[in-house]
Amino acid sequence: MSNVPADLRYTKDHEWVKVAADGTATIGITDHAQAALGDVTFVDLPKIGQSFGHGDVFGTVESVKAASDLYSPISCEVLAANGDLNNSPDLVNREPYGGAWMIKVKVKNAAELASLLDAAGYSAIL
Amino acid sequence: MSETLARTPLYALHVELGGRIVPFAGWEMPVQYTGIIDEHMAVRKTAGLFDVSHMGEARVRGRDAAAFLDGIMTNDMATIRVGMARYTVMCQPDGGCVDDLIVYRLADTEFLICLNASNAQKDIAWMRSLVGNLQVEIIDECSAWAQLAIQGPAAEQILSEVTTLPLATIKRFGFLTGEVAGAAGCIVSRTGYTGSPGFEIYLPAASAEKVARALLAAGKPHGLVPAGLGARDSLRLEAHYPLYGHEISERISPIQAGLGWTVKFTKPAFVGREALHRQAEGGPSSSVILFSLEDRRIARQGAAVFAGQTQVGEVLSGTLSPVLNKPIGTALVAAGFADSRELTVDIRGLRLPLHIAVAPFVK
Repeated sequence: MSNVPADLRYTKDHEWVKVAADGTATIGITDHAQAALGDVTFVDLPKIGQSFGHGDVFGTVESVKAASDLYSPISCEVLAANGDLNNSPDLVNREPYGGAWMIKVKVKNAAELASLLDAAGYSAIL
Repeated sequence: MSETLARTPLYALHVELGGRIVPFAGWEMPVQYTGIIDEHMAVRKTAGLFDVSHMGEARVRGRDAAAFLDGIMTNDMATIRVGMARYTVMCQPDGGCVDDLIVYRLADTEFLICLNASNAQKDIAWMRSLVGNLQVEIIDECSAWAQLAIQGPAAEQILSEVTTLPLATIKRFGFLTGEVAGAAGCIVSRTGYTGSPGFEIYLPAASAEKVARALLAAGKPHGLVPAGLGARDSLRLEAHYPLYGHEISERISPIQAGLGWTVKFTKPAFVGREALHRQAEGGPSSSVILFSLEDRRIARQGAAVFAGQTQVGEVLSGTLSPVLNKPIGTALVAAGFADSRELTVDIRGLRLPLHIAVAPFVK
């Protein structure tokens, strides 16, 4: 069974969002997503300062089997992208909720956070 | 459109072993168990066990069997010795491929042919349509046989622990018939689709699970792992073995695919001979190249290949080579570009330089 930590929020596209009190958030893909992709070989992430609307493609995650778009769960501006994934894309398979975080962002519209799924809601669609 | 997918005799075992089941060529097959890269490297370093029971089999027998096969296959058939097998292509009159196959000579007048799963019924109908007045019988044995492939440097040791067949006497593309793990009537050949040493085992479908379990148990101390279709694809691509529907197809001939060595123009007549001869003499309009990329992005089937701003080809297969740790693939490129150092491939709008390989990436 997939690991779905209780302290994160989720999208139906299998991204997770960790919301911080200071108006920033960290985004990655879920354990279910990494298992479905198989061995991840490449992660293409945006540059610092880029902005995305809710549902925009912010990057690509590629496995031996397929390339998949990454969708921004919320409207945001990129504050940091995880450079470790350049050299170790397999971190996505090993630590989807930890070392394989993808971007840290500034939340542009806090109201959008309410549309994200909680752990129970996300588990229900798996 | 819905279709009913077939299951091999090992379906339950795949599920038990944690295989991820996907539809493939009309079958429910395991694409991976623990991971494609792990399974790939196990085959290169120790051994992997593949269920390839989806492959089809046809028995061709009768007084004229050898002559019949020589008339429909590109490679020499009559010269195959009993106990040996040969890789060949079966072509359309225009030189396009009906299928690529391995032909086992069981006796002077009897052959067993291994067919691609997706083509098996097409192949059997095609062969039957060409029998004419010859005395030959074509028997569909697709559901009678299961097939296992045990591949990797430890394969021979592992197999030797479950059979008394003298494996060391089997030459490359040779085979023996006998008992494996208590199952009678198995055919064991020194063949494979990985570029690593190993064997393929044709066995009665009812014995498949018993033999697979015996091999997995014997192989465990030697590092044998179950391996899925994902690793099978990346292994064959590193070894530059063609896959029907990719490097060869009804529109890509064996001459274009670099399989000219399987086309024997010394034979006076076979289906496709004239068209293939024209291609071989004049040079084909396009041909298949093997390539690698200096990047992490994989160029996948259908990606456009460019020389400058002109599209000159398209990718046929692409994956990450676990041995090289970089993307590899094949592409069909127009005549004149098969040696080019100026080609690029378009991956989601990005043009990356494509390096043509002169030899397979393994061996």
